[in-house]
Amino acid sequence: MSTDTQLDLWEVFIQSRPGSHYTHAGSVHASDNQMALQNARDIYTRRNEGTSIWVVPAKYVSASNAEDAGMFFDPSNDKMYRHPTFYVMPEGAKQI
Amino acid sequence: MDAIAIENAFQEKIDKDLNIEPKDQMPEKYRLHLIRQISQHAHSEVIGMQPEGNWITRAPSLRSKQILLAKIQDEGGHGLYLYSAAETLGISREEMIEQLHSGKAKYSNIFNYPSLNWADIGAIGWLVDGAAIVNQVSLQRTSYGPYARAMVRICKEESFHQRQGYEIMANMMKGTNEQKAMAQDAMNRWWWPSLMMFGPHDSDSPNSGNAFKWKIKRQSNDVLRQRFIDKTVQQAEVIGLSIPDKDLKWNEEKQCYDHGEINWEEFNQVINGNGPCNKQRMAHHIKYHNEGAWVREAAAAYQKHINELN
Repeated sequence: MSTDTQLDLWEVFIQSRPGSHYTHAGSVHASDNQMALQNARDIYTRRNEGTSIWVVPAKYVSASNAEDAGMFFDPSNDKMYRHPTFYVMPEGAKQI
Repeated sequence: MDAIAIENAFQEKIDKDLNIEPKDQMPEKYRLHLIRQISQHAHSEVIGMQPEGNWITRAPSLRSKQILLAKIQDEGGHGLYLYSAAETLGISREEMIEQLHSGKAKYSNIFNYPSLNWADIGAIGWLVDGAAIVNQVSLQRTSYGPYARAMVRICKEESFHQRQGYEIMANMMKGTNEQKAMAQDAMNRWWWPSLMMFGPHDSDSPNSGNAFKWKIKRQSNDVLRQRFIDKTVQQAEVIGLSIPDKDLKWNEEKQCYDHGEINWEEFNQVINGNGPCNKQRMAHHIKYHNEGAWVREAAAAYQKHINELN
């Protein structure tokens, strides 16, 4: 048989309603962006799950390394003062 | 890290109920176990389109034809979610298809039974998808992230399948005596193979040890089978179908149904290629895979062309 390519892998991100974040839904195989969009529509939005789709070639996604997560996210570990709950509100003061 | 350290760190994560993700280190046996299970699950979704596809052109109304088409399209989609999940473990789509064609990878036994008439479409949706849902709901909490997420998506869609099947059976049971007999006949043929879908009894289940330790599997074959029986017997009673098991009776003490002995000889025969439709299912898949080669080649040629332009 001839070479049997299953084409490139694309990652699919779906916006479930206007204004919301794009969330990773899964992946599809496709030869080009048009095919990737159509496949993503057919596979991930058969029940009105989306108002918009992004497709990105999987090879262009850079991911942080799970093993290094501790070190990688360390800079935020000791900065509780970035959260509103860090601060004590004077008695009787109302929230804005 | 050496193999033992990797395995310990891995098991620690599993014991804390954390999901394992594609880039995490995992024992080779876990990876291979998942590839076998997820690819088999994907193949089942895809091969499962055949017995139903058999009735698209003969659906009794436009409504039922539209519904059946939508259901079959879902099954294809489920296969794709699962192939994608398996690919994250480092096996390619080509390899999985090749393993299916060579017989190295299996698919669910149930799809080696024929769909003889329209009542079978009801029985498949109701019983086969019903059994699949019980299994898949449990798998939503499986330890491998991409597999668990695929299961969540699949479960959302699968309950429509079960309901449309039950509706077909319920409508036939409201029909003529002939239609009632057809529904009961389909029930008689699909009941036992549906129970077999959960696999061997826990006492004879060779792959369970690690599957539980690694939390790939959360509940045992017998527990899931029992859950399916208890729910389905009630639904059968409501529409007037009888369960083709003379030993089936309510066990007051255990608060569940006792059932008769499953014919494991038949189960093994079908697994080993001697079911009614094994050869037909595989021949069909291979034929259409090969006949579709030109589409893949055209897409690849177009891809090459696009890449040259950029």
